[in-house]
Amino acid sequence: MTWADIKKKLSWLSYLATEAYNAPYRGAVARAKRDEDDLFMLLIFSEMMGVPNPATYYTLELQPIMLERFHEWHKRAGMEHSPLDGFRCC
Amino acid sequence: MPAIVPALIGITLVALGYFFYSKFIAEKIYQLDPDYETPAHALRDDIDFIPTNRVVLWGHHFTAVAGAAPIIGPAIAVIWGWLPAFIWVIGGTMFFAGVHDFGAIWASVRNEGRSIGSLTGDVVSHRARTLFMIVIFFLLMMVNAVFAVAISNAFVATPSSVIPAWTAIAVAVVIGVLIYKMGVPILWPTIIGTIILYVVIYVGDQVPVSLPETVMGLGAGPQWIIILFIYATIASLLPVWLLLQPRDYINGIQLIIGLGLLFGAVFVANPDIVAPMFNTDVPDGTPPLVPLLFVTIACGALSGFHGLVSSGTTSKQLNKETDARFVGYLGSSGEGLLALVTILAVSAGFASLGEWQTTYAEFGMTGIPTFVEGGSQIVSDGTPLSKEFAATLLAVMAVLFAGTTMDAGVRLQRYIIQEWGTIYKIPVLQNGYIATFAAVAACLALAFGAGGRSGQGGMAIWPLFGTTNQLLAGLTLLVLSVMLVKLKRRYVFTMVPMVFVTGMSFLAAIFQLWDLFNKGSYVLMGIDFVIIILAIFVILESGAAFTREKRAADAS
Repeated sequence: MTWADIKKKLSWLSYLATEAYNAPYRGAVARAKRDEDDLFMLLIFSEMMGVPNPATYYTLELQPIMLERFHEWHKRAGMEHSPLDGFRCC
Repeated sequence: MPAIVPALIGITLVALGYFFYSKFIAEKIYQLDPDYETPAHALRDDIDFIPTNRVVLWGHHFTAVAGAAPIIGPAIAVIWGWLPAFIWVIGGTMFFAGVHDFGAIWASVRNEGRSIGSLTGDVVSHRARTLFMIVIFFLLMMVNAVFAVAISNAFVATPSSVIPAWTAIAVAVVIGVLIYKMGVPILWPTIIGTIILYVVIYVGDQVPVSLPETVMGLGAGPQWIIILFIYATIASLLPVWLLLQPRDYINGIQLIIGLGLLFGAVFVANPDIVAPMFNTDVPDGTPPLVPLLFVTIACGALSGFHGLVSSGTTSKQLNKETDARFVGYLGSSGEGLLALVTILAVSAGFASLGEWQTTYAEFGMTGIPTFVEGGSQIVSDGTPLSKEFAATLLAVMAVLFAGTTMDAGVRLQRYIIQEWGTIYKIPVLQNGYIATFAAVAACLALAFGAGGRSGQGGMAIWPLFGTTNQLLAGLTLLVLSVMLVKLKRRYVFTMVPMVFVTGMSFLAAIFQLWDLFNKGSYVLMGIDFVIIILAIFVILESGAAFTREKRAADAS
């Protein structure tokens, strides 16, 4: 058995293990991740909703980065359009 | 008789079932189509719906359905002799469980990957759907109570398993953090985690832990039950990735190692079966074989719970419709083999008939400890491992299975209670913590009501759990039969198992009502009463739906 064969076997094993680990909980983990992201989103836009956030100076920088996900987030939260005045989305 | 004989016959029959019977069912009855676009492709979202390699999917399906139940059931049922249990496990796997699990996947794949519960509403009726939800609620409640009692029995009987079983939880949490938070590739944590686990099994063997005999009037067993429910409460509130996911994974590895070890040892040591083939001299108070055998062994022969897994997650990941046969039928075959090896362990793992009879002195008092006792003897005879080490290993394996089912059960129970809170507009119940406490309180009351308080209750609740499980299987088979009638195909292959299990469950429930009344277990009697009512409704609903659809199909 060459080194390449061993490597191939290991990568197959690793694939099996990864799938065995992830497959049953893919949905649950994705939802958990999304909930965490939503909380983060809330922190970033909290000042606009009147919730004081001492770190606004820093989180302001993140707003453009989060913009793409903002649309999905407000849709998911049950709001047809952006809930923030002066911050249009769609 | 040498244990190798039933082992070989069992494996051969299950293999024949896969190669011939499941092929027939796949081609003629379910008529699987390799070109059909499965939900994994049609509704692909890479989260719930994702086409998966069939070997991987089989592994995931098998480890999800195989747990402590196919160990406990046969360990109790061998009291009637090993042959009846053997026939029901092998026959049930071949003709009942395989068709049921495989069918549940097929039904779900043909209906956008929906769960059997939600399908029942469309295919049968809304009443049947409500019935389905109630049966599931009862099943979950009993699962938690029964497994808490089973684990506490195992901890008391095998004190060396205490440290490894709890360490496994810590190992799981570390693996969970490494993989989810740090993105470490999975292979190394798996290998190192498994090694740690086996080293700790050795440590546990040297340092057994026993709880004090009584604390505030509670024996060691009930103390464990309380500790386990505290654990389940906390565990069910933790994020899935932190504990549940890595623990399931570790259990899967344990299952494969344990199964390999046991079958390997049976073939090497080839012990003699000391238990009688038919036990003509059953202890006083043992219920009759018919109908109780068919509810005592549920998982391992036929289990409604599998339908939930088949239609809940497996069907959403099926790459080709024809894979359903491989995944579903072989998944239940794997569980049948776990039940088979348990039968061999509890009937060939004892030195003499006398020793076996001492162990099986009363119905319902055997379970995980019996499996551990018999299994460890066989493993130590067939491998270089010591009996003590093998006992700890098997006990840890069974405890981990039961523990995972328990915290998953509490979690599901919480979701149901929260949903009720939403439906009936009771805001208090919508709170996760309150819903969890309500779920745990109900299960705890049941565990203690079942005789856990004195620590003497044994597994009195087990047959009730099996009865509920079989009712659920009956409902799934009903959905399959009605679907087949609508498609104008032969329905006898799902109909006969349906009539059989529903009938047996009903008879078993009636018998237990009388038995529990005599024993004065009024909590269990109340539950049994509800089960009887549910069984009557399942039978009526089945009859009505069936005649209705048959007439409609004949008329068109």
